[in-house]
Amino acid sequence: MSEVMRGKVDVLRQFILENYLFTDDQSKLNNDDSFLDTGILDSMGILELIFYLEEEMSIKVESEEMIPTNLDSIDNLLVFIDKKLS
Amino acid sequence: MKKSLDVRLLKQMADTLIHRGPDDEGFYCKGNVGLAHRRLSIIDLSNGHQPMHSQSGDVSIVFNGEIFNYIELRNDLVAKGHRFLTHSDTEVIIHLYQEYGLDFVQQLNGQFAIGLWDDNCNRFMLIRDRVGICPLYYYCDKHKLIFASEIKALKPAMDNRLEISAESLDQIFTFWVPVSPNTFFKNIFEVSPGQILILENNQLKKYTYWDWDLNSDKFWQKTEEQLAEELHGLLVDATKIRLRSDVPVGAYLSGGLDSSVLVAMIQHYGNVPLRTFSLNFKEKEFDEKHYQTSLINTLQVEHSSLLVKTEDIAKNLKDTLRHTEIPILRTAPVPMGLLSSLVKSNQYKVVLTGEGADEVLGGYDIFKESKIRQFWAVNPQSLNRPLLLKKLYPYLKLPDSGQAAYLKTFFGESLEQADKISFSHLPRWTTTAKAKRFYSNQLNDELSEKSMQTMLNSFPDYVNHYHHFNKAQYIESKTLMPGYILSSQGDRMLLKNSVEGRFPFLDHRVIEFSNRIPPKYKMKGLNEKNLLKKAMRKYLPEEIINRHKQPYRAPDSMAISGKYLGEEMREYLSADKINKNALFDSGKVGFLIKKADAGRGLSTSESQALVGILSTQIIIDEVI
Repeated sequence: MSEVMRGKVDVLRQFILENYLFTDDQSKLNNDDSFLDTGILDSMGILELIFYLEEEMSIKVESEEMIPTNLDSIDNLLVFIDKKLS
Repeated sequence: MKKSLDVRLLKQMADTLIHRGPDDEGFYCKGNVGLAHRRLSIIDLSNGHQPMHSQSGDVSIVFNGEIFNYIELRNDLVAKGHRFLTHSDTEVIIHLYQEYGLDFVQQLNGQFAIGLWDDNCNRFMLIRDRVGICPLYYYCDKHKLIFASEIKALKPAMDNRLEISAESLDQIFTFWVPVSPNTFFKNIFEVSPGQILILENNQLKKYTYWDWDLNSDKFWQKTEEQLAEELHGLLVDATKIRLRSDVPVGAYLSGGLDSSVLVAMIQHYGNVPLRTFSLNFKEKEFDEKHYQTSLINTLQVEHSSLLVKTEDIAKNLKDTLRHTEIPILRTAPVPMGLLSSLVKSNQYKVVLTGEGADEVLGGYDIFKESKIRQFWAVNPQSLNRPLLLKKLYPYLKLPDSGQAAYLKTFFGESLEQADKISFSHLPRWTTTAKAKRFYSNQLNDELSEKSMQTMLNSFPDYVNHYHHFNKAQYIESKTLMPGYILSSQGDRMLLKNSVEGRFPFLDHRVIEFSNRIPPKYKMKGLNEKNLLKKAMRKYLPEEIINRHKQPYRAPDSMAISGKYLGEEMREYLSADKINKNALFDSGKVGFLIKKADAGRGLSTSESQALVGILSTQIIIDEVI
């Protein structure tokens, strides 16, 4: 993983931890945890995450891209972001 | 009560309830029995002093509420030879009890919390109305039974000690309300709606005299037109008898269907000029001014409204919670308390309001949601069936390709349990229960009972056989309506300003009639309160009949964060105070406040958690 991507993982993890798990304990979130299955995100949470990606990471998420395969875990997000940035 | 019973204690207790009855006070103390009363004078202003006694002196009563059919009951009793000294409804209750014994309660049409002492047989009774309009709480140990309309009045007789119940807190953070008869406080219970509590021979017994009967075997075999006509007749009479009063009566007008129906009926059938009151909000998403204006212009009523600003919520939260005496998960009670102050400042003491129509006639979104999920449960794999949910929640702006997956996650909760009694309410309860992630370890350790099981156990077996729509109605009518709508948002916010609310849709004749209406007529397709619209169409502008239902809401997390949350309120959420009360995790609460302060908006469950945590913290300081 590149330095840039590692930085993005950290930022994303922090965002999810603080805003949805309300903690800074890194052990509470695995990179392959499903946001939906574990209940970390609800409908507004998903929309907020998309808003965050667009605003903070300048990643435009198209309608057809708003699917669990792209957004449902830190791992999925990284693959998606990597694809978008490349 | 066996020890330290004297008038001073009774007065101390009654003094905490002056807001409920500013017009008069009265006490009775004999032997082990003491009764205290604060009066809001509405009927027979000069003769209704309480406690009231039978002419022989052996039956004594304290009574909060109204018996709307007291004139008819009185006439019947006079015909049977009873002689009356007053024209008050309180005296009618005494005579009715003397004539019929405990069965008398079946004849009452009204809202009531009654304490009745029968010296003849050493029997004390606490009686609460059928649906829970008037509050009634008690504490009982082997020495004493204490009762009152609000918990604050019990405090002086309990050495001023109240302790919160962890189990009740957990129930509130799941269902919004404790499972009846629990209250937020340990060892203090409510007399459940439709119940009588009898203390006799040192034994306390409960007796249910009424319950919501939605058995499908009893559904009417009538046409929609016949049902609409009969419903109309009943509603007109329910409204007319609720205009009986020796002081002027006003009405709340939200602009929604229910209050509009009510105001139109009063205008047609009342014999006094109608006065209406409403709330307006600065934020467009909460405001219904357009519809209010439409109706005011059509019916030509004299109207007063109050503009609620976002900053009013935090400013009035503490005072609101002193009256609710229970944590709230939404701020909606606050503006209702402000509305009753508007009524009071206009010298009105009584208002008719539209509460109950959604429960009785099938209006809530949760009934629609449940109906769609039932439709979906027929084929849980279907990608098309859940798309109907988008009609109910148009704000779910989900993409075409992924929406079925998301809808399944959010609403597909327990689709395989479509027959279970809790099916309709599981999504709401699951969302609310997410607030539990803010519990402290100490609270988690203390919780021994499972709230969900306690709630499910509280429903009688026969409800399992109800039609799924009726199951949802039953749950709503037995939980949120008495525990929140009629209390935190109703009675408590009205009586804090000495205003009495009256609820024609909760006339038991209207309820019993409506319970037998087949669900397909209550909600036709996804058209809520279909039969009410059919019955009342002639009175109202089309735009009111056809309008999109807007649930009453007030600004929630936004109003208690950022610039709106002042230092004093922030102090309740400080790590020190949170840790001191040990109910919540101060670290997690800190992140929640940070998120709210950032102004990005909280999800429903996060917002409920924030309001719930803040209100719990305030109650611990202000009520306990």
